[in-house]
Amino acid sequence: MQYWVHLDELELDFACHPGQSVLDCMIGSGKKGIQVGCRGGGCGVCKVEVIEGDYIARPMSKAHIDNDAIADRQVLACCITPKSDLSLKVVGKINKPIQRKGKQA
Amino acid sequence: MALRGVLRLGEISIRVLDLADARKHYVDRMGLIEVMSDDAEQKIYCKAWDEHDHHSIVLREADEAGLDYVAFKVYDDQTLTDLEPKIQAFGLEVSRVDAGVYPKSGRRLEFILPSGHRMQLFAEKEQIGNTLGTRNPGVMPDEGVIRGFRINRLDHCLLGGPNIDESARLFREVFDFDLSERIEDEESRDSLALFLTCSTKPHDVAFVFQPEAGRFHHVSFLLESATDVIYAADMIGKYRIPVDVGPNRHGVTRGNTIYFFDPSGNRNEVFSGGYVHYPDTPTLTWDTSQMGPAQFSQDNIPRESFLNVMT
Ligand code: FES
Ligand SMILES: [Fe+2]
Repeated sequence: MQYWVHLDELELDFACHPGQSVLDCMIGSGKKGIQVGCRGGGCGVCKVEVIEGDYIARPMSKAHIDNDAIADRQVLACCITPKSDLSLKVVGKINKPIQRKGKQA
Repeated sequence: MALRGVLRLGEISIRVLDLADARKHYVDRMGLIEVMSDDAEQKIYCKAWDEHDHHSIVLREADEAGLDYVAFKVYDDQTLTDLEPKIQAFGLEVSRVDAGVYPKSGRRLEFILPSGHRMQLFAEKEQIGNTLGTRNPGVMPDEGVIRGFRINRLDHCLLGGPNIDESARLFREVFDFDLSERIEDEESRDSLALFLTCSTKPHDVAFVFQPEAGRFHHVSFLLESATDVIYAADMIGKYRIPVDVGPNRHGVTRGNTIYFFDPSGNRNEVFSGGYVHYPDTPTLTWDTSQMGPAQFSQDNIPRESFLNVMT
């Protein structure tokens, strides 16, 4: 049994296997789109909004997913396992205070 | 510096999202020794085998990951007495914590660093030894004492926040640390990361710039050899522990390293090696034109996640 995960904006699709997190399945499929950080629900960079579908979530750091976020169906992709096909939107990003400032300003 | 004053990072308290998962990671997999637990406060206390103090790692279940506090051990109680007015003169509010409030521990001073981290100083903690005793101790503990990733001891931590120059100034001016290395922006010369030592190690604490205060980048554990770093890497692979950066060497500090995450997303490091630092060793400076070699000197590739993902 596998479910499909779809991200419209990124034109990204990958299969998810039972017992694996959405983020692990994306990594396992060799695809990129959702930011990959700690994979433990602590750093928040993999935050997504669930547009459609059901999932089970393990504990996620309140610093990134508070009650408002849960009400908005925002979750950490490393902490959810699908119970149906899922359609997601990327919310999290990696802030980059440390990089060459150079020309890009 | 004949190593008096502030001695070392003596205790770190880390918030975890699930204590059972954390125990599996830090105790079963990494091989730290659980010395005590507190069901009411949802905490476990651990040590590495070659530490004499009762514990050095505290894991507390909470609804957020990250750092509770760092506590540095100082030489004696007089050191605490001497440091208190100096910390106040620096401009920080210091609160006194009575002996016994933190288990097995003498009195503590507590204050918030300019970078937003809660820090404590203590002089006394019950010592339970490293199993070898102190008279004709031999060198090898019994089979099973050294296990998991073969961690010898807690070594250092890297903290993320704003005002890192001010936090570093506190460590240098009040706690007598030296600035061993520094990463700066090549144009503005702003500090991006600062590495500080109170010993002959390349660093005992480090700060990395982050707009948000009080963030936790990693806690690091010392291994005996680079071979043990590779052994730990094999264990990390076997147990499918998420890896941030596989075995490599740091340009900064020259340590052989591997970075991975605990089940709550807190970054851990095991490492070996590095150079010897003395108080007259000049500060080494890296800039953003060389972020690859500064971070990881075996492939010279900077990792975006490395400096910007933290709890
Ligand atoms: S990758 Fe860090 S919270 Fe998901
Ligand atoms: Fe480190």
